[in-house]
Amino acid sequence: MEILNLEGTEDTPKIILDKGNGIFEISGRSLPEDSAEFYQPVLDWIDEYSKDPNSSTDFMIKLEYFNTASSKLILDVLSALEDIEGMTILWYFHEDDEDMEEAGEEFSELVEIPFEFKTY
Amino acid sequence: MKYIFDLHQTMLDHNLILVYEGEFTQEITKSVLAMAERNMDSSGEESSIKRKVFNVMVECLQNIVKHAEDIEANHSAIFMIGKRDNEYLIVSGNPIENDHIDGLKSKLENINGLDKDGLKSLYKDIIKNTEISDKGGAGLGFVDMARKSGNPLEFDFLDMDNTHKFFCLKTTISRA
Repeated sequence: MEILNLEGTEDTPKIILDKGNGIFEISGRSLPEDSAEFYQPVLDWIDEYSKDPNSSTDFMIKLEYFNTASSKLILDVLSALEDIEGMTILWYFHEDDEDMEEAGEEFSELVEIPFEFKTY
Repeated sequence: MKYIFDLHQTMLDHNLILVYEGEFTQEITKSVLAMAERNMDSSGEESSIKRKVFNVMVECLQNIVKHAEDIEANHSAIFMIGKRDNEYLIVSGNPIENDHIDGLKSKLENINGLDKDGLKSLYKDIIKNTEISDKGGAGLGFVDMARKSGNPLEFDFLDMDNTHKFFCLKTTISRA
């Protein structure tokens, strides 16, 4: 399966989705002008991956900041991951960033996927 | 030349550290954010406060960008950051069509009537049940600004012309 690899910029996150090497990562800042357009390739990739996923998937979300339009799309990403067997979300937040911790907790209440919370 | 002095004095009187007037785009948003971040970094601002200010700024600026195209080109907007000993103020002003005022007003009043838990459940309700609009908004901006600031959103609509009012919005972030 093709690897989705997007370099991070000042307003878009770094994304690596690599089935072969078992790397699934969204990190950095997310405040794109058009969040729906930006996340569409991610949703398409997950749709493809869900047809034949690895036996377990640790999906890492390590965002230092996301805007509200991105939060809606992050929920769409999580919803797309929800039906994949063996899915775990690794939600990273900076150790003094209570808002990012709370955001992760809220997402975990909105989807049926196990979340592991990790600080950096 | 007196207007230069007057403008400078007004900025000092209102503790304004940044004022931007003109066209609002994503590129301008990024520049304004970068300037504000540098200012907070050089003054050694606490990272939790920095994040909240950044957060409120993004929602405020992107709101203006998203709604800017509604308005004819000669109606530009203003964005300001104020910094006092105990708080930051994120202030914006932009023209809004009269038809949209009632809806906006009731949305803001509803938000201001909610406590922390009320805002949290409103946020979750909107994110679950709302699609991204054709302008790219999630309808969450004001709720998020209120949550991050922990203070009511102050607003006013000032007379402009027959079809528009000037929508003023002030969000306060405590530095304590």
